Amino acid sequence: MNEAQTIEVEVRAIEQITPLIKHFTLAPAGGGSMPAFSGGSHIVVVMRGDARIHRNPYSLLSSPQDLSTYEIGVRRMEESRGGSHFMHDRVHVGDRLQIAHPVNLFALDKIARKHVLIAGGIGITPFMAQLEDLRAGSVPYELHYSVRAPEHAAFLPRLLERERANVRMYYDSAAQLIDFDGLLSNQPLGTHVYVCGPAGLIERVIKTARDCGWPDSHIHWEQFSAPPVGDAFDVFLARARVSVHVQPDQSLMESIEAAGVEVPYLCRGGVCGFCQTRVLELDGELIHNDHYLSDADKAKGTSIMPCVSRARCKSLVLDL
Amino acid sequence: MSAVFKPDETFRGDFSYRNSAQAIRRFPLPFPEDEYMYSVNIEPHVTGPEGAVTEFAFDVDEHYVAECRERALVLAAEPLRYQALPHMMSAQWDCLELIMESLARDYPAHFSLDKQGNRWHWVNRPLAIDQHFTFGDADSLPREPLDYITRQAQGDFVVLDQREGDLWAEAGMVTTQADWSLDFDVGMTFNEWHGPVPLAHDLGVFDRALKYLLNLRLGQPVRRLNWTMTIHPRLDTSPENYPSWGPDRASVTRENAGDFAHLRVELQGLWRLPRSNAVLFGIRCYLISVRELATVPKWARRVHRVLKGLHPALVDYKGLTRYRDAVVEWLAPYDDGSPTSAGTAPD
Repeated sequence: MNEAQTIEVEVRAIEQITPLIKHFTLAPAGGGSMPAFSGGSHIVVVMRGDARIHRNPYSLLSSPQDLSTYEIGVRRMEESRGGSHFMHDRVHVGDRLQIAHPVNLFALDKIARKHVLIAGGIGITPFMAQLEDLRAGSVPYELHYSVRAPEHAAFLPRLLERERANVRMYYDSAAQLIDFDGLLSNQPLGTHVYVCGPAGLIERVIKTARDCGWPDSHIHWEQFSAPPVGDAFDVFLARARVSVHVQPDQSLMESIEAAGVEVPYLCRGGVCGFCQTRVLELDGELIHNDHYLSDADKAKGTSIMPCVSRARCKSLVLDL
Repeated sequence: MSAVFKPDETFRGDFSYRNSAQAIRRFPLPFPEDEYMYSVNIEPHVTGPEGAVTEFAFDVDEHYVAECRERALVLAAEPLRYQALPHMMSAQWDCLELIMESLARDYPAHFSLDKQGNRWHWVNRPLAIDQHFTFGDADSLPREPLDYITRQAQGDFVVLDQREGDLWAEAGMVTTQADWSLDFDVGMTFNEWHGPVPLAHDLGVFDRALKYLLNLRLGQPVRRLNWTMTIHPRLDTSPENYPSWGPDRASVTRENAGDFAHLRVELQGLWRLPRSNAVLFGIRCYLISVRELATVPKWARRVHRVLKGLHPALVDYKGLTRYRDAVVEWLAPYDDGSPTSAGTAPD
């Protein structure tokens, strides 16, 4: 993707809906409609900070049937490298932002006989749009939504208004935990399960489903990783013949982009594999933070996802 | 391009289909070099330049009206040339929207689309169609949305559902195909329906192409060219009708090859569809007789060389075994051995 293919949007509304989550409504800056999309899609928001450009993925939570605006929910991350803080502290109603066209890496399976959706915290956002698609169809579905405490239950009023019969809430504060075994051991054949939220929740759902005999094709999950901070390192781009210094709080991809070299990407969260880059030389070790490469491929050390992964090394040469 | 339609030309019986001089000049020759082998020759479907078959998203040329009539004839005899599995309905609407919006935007003299919310008004002047309907309500159209709109478009269309890290051919309109069958392939995965293709599996072409297509982006369609040859300008060379066209291949001689043998080029386009997250695969067929092709000296030399050096497995797979030599002999006098310029454009 490059910047020429972005859409300019105007921030129409901002609402603080939980102590940590802000709800943004984005309208096309030139009037008209936003592009159509399917539930589960995300956009990448381009944020022009003082020192650098942030590009963060956020799931679309608005209805795919209403294209007058897009809506996203942004949780303030404690260990933020700046993206979520920028959205929370620097963006105001009336501001303009660039976004990329929606991409769906977390689509509903169209031949499922039933859908079980499991959300933890901010992981509710892709399901908000998927529920709109599901409500228009005839396949049964249910949402299990787990949050720390009632004040953290983002979008609950909207859910209760539209989906009261299909939503079950779980509050950590009231010691209400999802009974994963009970839920996943007793579903009709052809059911698909979808999970989005913290890493622990996703791992738990995947493991329980597998232990219950679910085929992998019926287990869906999405977790965008924020690029973790780490030690500074240097990388040489063999084709561009450019040396790049990666700061501790800067991702490898951001550093490469700042040096004027474009890296093709879709999710910027270690999910899609689109930015997979060949490692030509390495003196040190790669720190893989993606969910795309297999453990065996990670161990080989011959490729890296520059969107979230980095290196602890004396030298690194990439095929870029 | 402002094409003058030739509504009476035929693709069967007397085969009156011909290309105008203008249509010959814009023919999408698929050979950038004097030899040919499979590759992942996918490129962005960037529109332009003016007059080219890629000027717009969907090319409407002088054969439009005649091709739509040919499609109706095939469907009347064999309704299963159109099929859509039940879960593909949202993708059907995506396709209808994409094709209608593109045609109305690119050919305003021929097509118009007026939207008032979900109430749409579609006008197709060449086919004398004036249709009011409600977007999303299948009962408001005389046929299913994909059936309806692809009867008004040139080329075949297959709609691919994306799930389980694969693409599944689960809806389509296929009446102008080079010896494959939607009825046979419907429900298959990407590697399954490409199963019969020789060599390319070993080259890793399909694994790479699938990975690329799974990440196809909204608003960034891609395209590629594919080719084979057909005797007579026959659009419908289906396995179902093999007895009516297969024997033609034994009728080609070095004397008649220029008129009987046609280069058959597919301009294949792939679009991500927004609401369904499915992929639309368009396969637009262009036919040109070897005699028409030889009116461009560079093309005569190049096609002569490509056919002469074609890998035996490809000669066999493309069904050229019986007449390849006749076509090569017919073209030989046009090839003086002088070099061809780079690219496919006529000299």
